[in-house]
Amino acid sequence: MSEVPVSEMAMHGAHPPGFKHQFEDMEQQREAGSLGMWVFLVTEIMFFGGLFATYIIYRTLYLTAFEEGSRLLNVKFGAANTAVLIGSSLTMALAIHAAQAGKKKSEQVMYLVLTMILGALFLFLKFNYEWRADYHEHLIPGFGFIIRPEWGAAGTHVPLYFCFYFFMTGLHAMHMIIGFGILGTLTVMAQRNRFNSEYYAPLEVSGLYWHFVDIVWIFLFPLLYLIGGRFALPGVH
Amino acid sequence: MPGQEIPAESRVNYLNASYGVKSWLLTTDHKRIALLYLGSITLMFFVGGFFAVMMRLHLIEPQGALVAPETYNKLFTMHGVIMVFFFLVPSIPATLGNFLVPMMIGARDLAFPRLNLLSWYIYIIGAAFTLYAVISGGVDTGWTFYTPYSSTFSHTSVIPTALGVFITGFSSILTGLNFVVTIHKMRAPGLTWFRLPLFIWAMYATSIIFILGTPVIAITLFLLGLERLLHIGIFDPAIGGDPILFQHMFWFYSHPAVYIMILPGMGVMSELITCFSRKRIFGYTFVAFSSLAIAIISFLVWGHHMFVTGQSIYAGLIFSVLSFLVAIPSAVKVFNWTATLYKGSISYDAPMLYALGFIGLFTMGGLTGLFLASLATDVHLSGTYFIVAHFHYIMVGGAVMAYLGGIHFWWPKITGRMYPDGWARFAALVIFVGFNLTFFPQFVLGYLGMPRRYAVYPGEFQVLNVMSSAGASILGIGYLIPLIYLLWSIRYGPIAGPNPWGAKGLEWETPSPPPTENFEEIPVVTQDAYDYANVGGSRV
Amino acid sequence: MTGLMQTGFTDLAAAVATIPIHPTSASSIADSVDHLYYFLTAITLFFTFAIFATIFFFMVKFRRRSPDEQPADTTTHLALELTWTIVPTLITVVIFVWASSLYFENSRPPEAATEIFVVGKQWMWHIQHPEGPREINELHVPVNAPVKITMTSDDVIHDFYIPAFRVKKDAVPGRYTSLWFQATKIGTYHIFCAQYCGADHAEMIGWVYVMSPTDYAAWLSGGARNETMAQTGERLFTQLGCVTCHVADNTGRGPSLVGLYGKQEKLRNGDTKLVDEALIRQAIVTPNSIILPNYPPIMPTFQGQINEEQVLQLIAYVKSLGTEERKTNGK
Repeated sequence: MSEVPVSEMAMHGAHPPGFKHQFEDMEQQREAGSLGMWVFLVTEIMFFGGLFATYIIYRTLYLTAFEEGSRLLNVKFGAANTAVLIGSSLTMALAIHAAQAGKKKSEQVMYLVLTMILGALFLFLKFNYEWRADYHEHLIPGFGFIIRPEWGAAGTHVPLYFCFYFFMTGLHAMHMIIGFGILGTLTVMAQRNRFNSEYYAPLEVSGLYWHFVDIVWIFLFPLLYLIGGRFALPGVH
Repeated sequence: MPGQEIPAESRVNYLNASYGVKSWLLTTDHKRIALLYLGSITLMFFVGGFFAVMMRLHLIEPQGALVAPETYNKLFTMHGVIMVFFFLVPSIPATLGNFLVPMMIGARDLAFPRLNLLSWYIYIIGAAFTLYAVISGGVDTGWTFYTPYSSTFSHTSVIPTALGVFITGFSSILTGLNFVVTIHKMRAPGLTWFRLPLFIWAMYATSIIFILGTPVIAITLFLLGLERLLHIGIFDPAIGGDPILFQHMFWFYSHPAVYIMILPGMGVMSELITCFSRKRIFGYTFVAFSSLAIAIISFLVWGHHMFVTGQSIYAGLIFSVLSFLVAIPSAVKVFNWTATLYKGSISYDAPMLYALGFIGLFTMGGLTGLFLASLATDVHLSGTYFIVAHFHYIMVGGAVMAYLGGIHFWWPKITGRMYPDGWARFAALVIFVGFNLTFFPQFVLGYLGMPRRYAVYPGEFQVLNVMSSAGASILGIGYLIPLIYLLWSIRYGPIAGPNPWGAKGLEWETPSPPPTENFEEIPVVTQDAYDYANVGGSRV
Repeated sequence: MTGLMQTGFTDLAAAVATIPIHPTSASSIADSVDHLYYFLTAITLFFTFAIFATIFFFMVKFRRRSPDEQPADTTTHLALELTWTIVPTLITVVIFVWASSLYFENSRPPEAATEIFVVGKQWMWHIQHPEGPREINELHVPVNAPVKITMTSDDVIHDFYIPAFRVKKDAVPGRYTSLWFQATKIGTYHIFCAQYCGADHAEMIGWVYVMSPTDYAAWLSGGARNETMAQTGERLFTQLGCVTCHVADNTGRGPSLVGLYGKQEKLRNGDTKLVDEALIRQAIVTPNSIILPNYPPIMPTFQGQINEEQVLQLIAYVKSLGTEERKTNGK
């Protein structure tokens, strides 16, 4: 590594800003970044997958307890949050499209900020309404959980259900917070005019991450919120 | 033309390109990161080794010679945790892999150099948590953390240890990710998949296991920690949990993990055998595909650790047949390495001695695996010293010897210096003898019925235990010798040229030590790997 | 000096001569397990030596004779590759079939096996004979008679291992596991715990005493007049109040347990389950995981009120309700 100062153009030659020197060209960099994110998402699938597998096993063993617990979740907020997240995936896709189609930076920034707002809304609804209520109703294991008599014999395993609920949604929320940070960084970069129809790989790759987090929620929502049979037809069970 | 030697002191290379602690702690150069790892895992090796020495000293007497049983239980636990998670799993991939993967494929660095540095920091943080657990009273659950002992009954530092292992897992995941992307996307022009060195195939297969397996142990340990904190009933049957579920989840990672520990060593083998017989590898395609086969099948055999847990005999059958299947690709490799020697031009340098020792000891360790894949014999041998001997033959007789062989082989490339060959060969011999004396008696002990993890034992097992402990002291000395002369050689060893072994491979076509950017110009590859018949030619 | 060395060597030789190589064989399956073990040893030694010898031979024959020696380029040889892939595969198939069929045999206890119950707890083995005698860390059995051990744990996972019989099985809390053996030689043999279970794991050891049938019968009926497991269970059944609901003529709030053991019982959710030890334990410990069609789920749980040995005694009592013989003192 030479210490002699050299002009940027001379060093970078024809490479655009954002180019990383371990690569040969932008094409290789873009492909590597994309493959890297896909591989990372595979690890995330295995990570969440382990949790889902354990959840499925215990749900099979303790269905009554899981149903009791599920009925105590607030489906309205859960459904609203599902819509919010799907909306945020839409705005994310629009942000990527804006860059890809060479739209002005203000449009890119707008969609990115919208995505962040929707993400923040998701977290706000979850933490401020759902989790706060759960805390006051003594439904958080390890934080004053109270087993209710109306649960009957299944009561001993309802804490297990809520353990899964908080762990799975908490892990998901943590991924969303990280995604929030990534979006913030992207917004700053977009504001600085970094993205255009030639270079939008960070947006694309982060979009993959955001969509993944969305898809995890699409699985979590029915598995956690909708198993209580609250919408049962009359005469069935 | 590489081969012109400019004295190392006056040539700029990755070691002297910049100075100062910050230039090392904030480096993104894969070669420097490899050395950061080398230092860290060597430290962990000697910590884990210290515990092993204490254990073997303790076991020279049936009633225990050294420590109380509670302490002994902590010693074997910490020996296992440190050796498995902080030495064996990262050893070759994080040191030799990090150093060589870009160089062998003609790239300037890995795909994500900053992620690579982050991997090292994550390893350090995980190690810090675990060492904290060691100092704050230790942990006594066994490296396998079986529940409900670990979730409910143990009064030791389970959570810090589990947290340390959990954190370090991410180091592996990111390293695996980096290798997969690098190998897919950054090969030099002309370097097709089937021209790759087999070390790269081995690193690729290992990375697949890193990526698919490690997240599962992460979740498992997290759930264990949660159970310990909140008493929920995930794994503790007294509150409705399933302790066998823990074992399934634990072994789902930990069995593939043992292939993480051996596949890189097999990759090193292919490099050493070809160089020191000066011949193309026999059966390149078979060796390459066997690495992938091992990686894939390794995910299907975890139940063979659980044959005596009361699982259904049909589950036992399935895991048994798959466990036999996973042995076949390993056998194929051993035969191909041996065939490579045929009509070669063989030299007895230290790396080759390690390689040949590996082949024999790995063969024996692998074949003793057949005893354990066989349901009827596994019933008798499970939980005994036979298991301990089996896995040490593969991990120590195999993986550690491959690691040492690789370190010696690439030492001149990494440091620009040569180590004293006489001492190296002597150490290899001491290690070989010490190793066999330590672990062969343990096969007999296991067959006789001595269970493992015993702080005290019936007197009739004493002679074999003393033999094993005698071997361990020889082995310990054997490991200290390279530590000394390798460190010595950094300063006082003779300067090494770019290719002291006359090996084929892109890494040997750079100066020793290489410049930071590895290659002035990215090479264009026109030949197969190990093209030793092409005398004096390079790969470009 | 030589005298000292001589003594040293003599001592060493004497010590080495005492090294046991082969464990005692004292059960009906020990020899067949050993035969498989020898076969595997032979394969291991054969291939290990073959590889080592070939390597050594090649190393010497093809050693580098001059610095720029250039060997011929041998490429792959498909027939060879296929041979050394297929032959090991065939060998492993043979081993697998042999080992699995042996394992199957060793997993199925004969019908007439004597049942003995074992509860592992930190750090001792509680052993109970159905006739009543209880032992700690000792197991008396008759020679040449099949014995089935049903076991569980009161706390962590333990493992009941008798090397001389070549049998081993984990004792897992929350469930029953079992092994069986037929002792073939009178004598005394080790029992080990083979699953790490905490501080005194290495002290959780004991002895099996294999006795002639007459000695065993004498031992069984010797000592204080014991009540059988079923009788102890009956006492518990009353003490714990089970008898108030589970009335024998089906007039109680709960079903009668007469003739229940071994039946296929239909549950409310449509499943049919075999009433075995595991199901009865489940009913005692987590009663509302088994709901019957005509009975409300009102049975209280007894988890925490009784230990695993007492559960086994209750089960023995329920089993006794299914047979014609009740209230017997002997076998």
